[in-house]
Amino acid sequence: MITQEVVDLSRLQFAATAFYHFLFVPLTLGLSFLLAIMETVYVMTGKEIYRDMTKFWGKLFGINFALGVTTGITMEFQFGTNWAYYSHYVGDIFGAPLAIEGLMAFFLDSTFIGLFFFGWNKLSRRRHLLITYLTAIGSNLSAVWILIANGWMQNPVGSQFSYVTMRMEMTSFKELVFNPAAQAKFVHTVSAGYVTGSMFVLGISAWYMLKGRDIEFAKRSFRIAAAFGFASAMSVIVLGDESGYAVTEHQQTKLAALEGMWKTEPAPASFTLFAIPDDEKRENTAEIKIPYALGLIATRSANTQIPGIDELEARAVERIKNGIVAVKALEQLRAKTADDATKASFEEHKADLGYGLLLKKYTADVSLATPEMIAQAARNSIPKVAPMFWTFRIMVALGFSFFALFALSFWYSAKNTFQEKRWLLRWAVWFNPLPWIASEMGWFVAEYGRQPWTIFGILPTNLSTSTISVNSLYGSLAGFMFFYTGLLVVEMYLMFKYARLGPSSLGTGRYAGETAPALKSAQ
Amino acid sequence: MLDYETLKIIWWLLVGVLLLGFAVMDGHDMGVGTLLPFVGKNDVERRVVINTVGPHWDGNQVWFITAGCAIFAAWPLVYATAFSGFYWAMLVVLWALFFRPVGFDYRSKVADPRWRSAWDWGLFVGGSVPALIFGVAFVHLLQGVPFHFEDNLMPVYTGTFWGLLNPFALLAGVVSLSMLTFHGANYLTIRTEGDVQSRARTAALIFGTVMLVAFAAAGVWVSSGMPGYVITSVVDPGALPNPLDKTVEIQAGAWLGNFARHPLLWAVPGAGFAGGLPALLFAWVKKPVLAFVGSAVAELGVIGTAGVAMFPFIMPSSSDPRSSLTVWDSVSSHLTLEVMFWAALIFTPIVITYTGWAYKMMAGKVTNAYIESNDHSAY
Repeated sequence: MITQEVVDLSRLQFAATAFYHFLFVPLTLGLSFLLAIMETVYVMTGKEIYRDMTKFWGKLFGINFALGVTTGITMEFQFGTNWAYYSHYVGDIFGAPLAIEGLMAFFLDSTFIGLFFFGWNKLSRRRHLLITYLTAIGSNLSAVWILIANGWMQNPVGSQFSYVTMRMEMTSFKELVFNPAAQAKFVHTVSAGYVTGSMFVLGISAWYMLKGRDIEFAKRSFRIAAAFGFASAMSVIVLGDESGYAVTEHQQTKLAALEGMWKTEPAPASFTLFAIPDDEKRENTAEIKIPYALGLIATRSANTQIPGIDELEARAVERIKNGIVAVKALEQLRAKTADDATKASFEEHKADLGYGLLLKKYTADVSLATPEMIAQAARNSIPKVAPMFWTFRIMVALGFSFFALFALSFWYSAKNTFQEKRWLLRWAVWFNPLPWIASEMGWFVAEYGRQPWTIFGILPTNLSTSTISVNSLYGSLAGFMFFYTGLLVVEMYLMFKYARLGPSSLGTGRYAGETAPALKSAQ
Repeated sequence: MLDYETLKIIWWLLVGVLLLGFAVMDGHDMGVGTLLPFVGKNDVERRVVINTVGPHWDGNQVWFITAGCAIFAAWPLVYATAFSGFYWAMLVVLWALFFRPVGFDYRSKVADPRWRSAWDWGLFVGGSVPALIFGVAFVHLLQGVPFHFEDNLMPVYTGTFWGLLNPFALLAGVVSLSMLTFHGANYLTIRTEGDVQSRARTAALIFGTVMLVAFAAAGVWVSSGMPGYVITSVVDPGALPNPLDKTVEIQAGAWLGNFARHPLLWAVPGAGFAGGLPALLFAWVKKPVLAFVGSAVAELGVIGTAGVAMFPFIMPSSSDPRSSLTVWDSVSSHLTLEVMFWAALIFTPIVITYTGWAYKMMAGKVTNAYIESNDHSAY
């Protein structure tokens, strides 16, 4: 028996493990390309310091990568263990990009990451450089396929429902791959990863400079991170805007919620810079608005209207009513008691089948749904406004602040005066954790904003879980908390230990502390 | 365009290939993990053992992940039913696997012997526990799993975790654990020298023998009238998949039916012995490369035996036999199978080629001297 508690706990477990996994992904995406850039400079100039940079940042990369791999397996298992109905209902489409990801991308970066670490003395310089690039390309290709799968959850194209098999089936692989939602998400997500990688190198290098150690090493690392980070931060913002444009087309509910737009405004709508949204009263207080801005950004036109929450709910009511017809026809089709008229009626209403299924949360027999239930389901078809509103604004504000930091870092590294700007170096150190927060906020907006669906408009979250007991879920949640807390402590310990050791951890004898007795305290 | 029936059979074979790839590749480094605390008596020896698989374990693990994803994509109902039904078994495997990436990468980054010893045992758990549970879970497919479908095809499992641990299941666990450990011991014998090598060889002789005896015992068990499953309604292999559209009966000895109809299939369990026995002999006469090939063939025989005995069943239901999942009715749509088929056809040979190249680049013995001179970069 699937109770609301099973659904809530399954969501909590998935959200917690997915957020946790994504603590390690962005750094892998970004740092892998930074390693490739550093090694390219080494191969082109032959300067040993660049090889040392590649090796040292590679060591930190490895500490992070290990947990990325560990927590990634959880994600693969969890669709089956906790979201069995989801896996059955959409596995025909959703499983394919995951399997192709394994074959095309995950094998590539996992096979070559081993040669990256162990092949320094066994491979020629050029071959090793090729390996480093293949690792970076592999991890980024992984992101392509994962985001194609995720993009389909947001905007389910290229598929249709079959009542014989009782599931969604693929009708066009091409549409799945070239889903605009997936494309926009991919570039936005990997750019965010590049920003994270750049901030990581920038911040730790700045710390060495503030401490007055390993100056040459730190300066060169800082410069590369500043340049790569500057380009990436710009692309995050531009492509984030592209992602926003995609949101407006496919998921108007997400946009209305994250903008706190209760009523449809005359086009072009204004952008709410600040407000205190109230989900109960369905209004905002203390609003600061920029006229026309939202309409222009979101629709790229001056006269396309963006629907507000009230209007979207009214539309949902209609779709739910159609959905009831579809659900009832489907039940007859499954029981093989349907006549041709029922079949025709199912075909006519099947686009709204998912909306009919929303009612399953309130009644097992949707034909008995009361107008109150329909109104309730329509209201719940819009995600809660306040969490969406705030997480989105924090993410955007952080994105712009990263851009400012990288722009200044790039400017002063072009002028070669950054090492004297201690305020800039401190800023880089203190900002180090923030890209992770921005990434997690972004995922919150994307996934919480998709509620109450797992597949937008197709499959409600409430119907997606496995038939497992509440006790099993508490047990597994406790297990994940235990292992993930322990692993995070160990990972952070090693990360800090090796960041403090710096390039001296390579044991070359060329870096700070390697001959001085002060080393002991650093360890 | 290939027809639906052909694609269904191809995907049964391809899942078999991926599982075999997992056993041959990830299997040997799981075996190495299982043996680690026993064949390495001091820190340098243990680092030797770990570094034989250091550059490769991560790529090898992808066989496991890809096999899982391929089951998701090609047999979504199997993926949904097995993973949610075997909830606790899956979580124990998952949590045991946690110890591998971090164990390999973190172990030698801190010098404290307690830290290193803890991760060594972590790698032992990460190698041995999944190997054991895979066998236990696999044999439950032979025995039938208590599950049924609701009208909307929601899978409902009605067994318990402890119910998994019956004597036959434990015997199968011994088969899979000893098989992967045998394979890992052969690999270690190739890549090491001196004391570690001679201990690895001893381990190969022990686990190879255990595997052959346990596999033979499991064969006797199945052929002495163990109940199997038979489809009793007419099957249209090209039909749209619906697992509730058939009738199934439980019959004693039914798992021998395919062998009786097609005696050539006896070659599959035969491969288990035809690979395993020579592998044992080659380990004995110190030809570890041939022993490694032999243990890989044995894996083909063991995994293949379960597959051909059950065909077309993948996951029979003991509590509601008509819900049983088969090659015909638990698969994805025609288009998905076709797309995935081309993806597998193109990428699997590419993967095998660059994996081979990676092994070639890192070939040679891992020695104590290598560890001592690469203290900062080796695992």
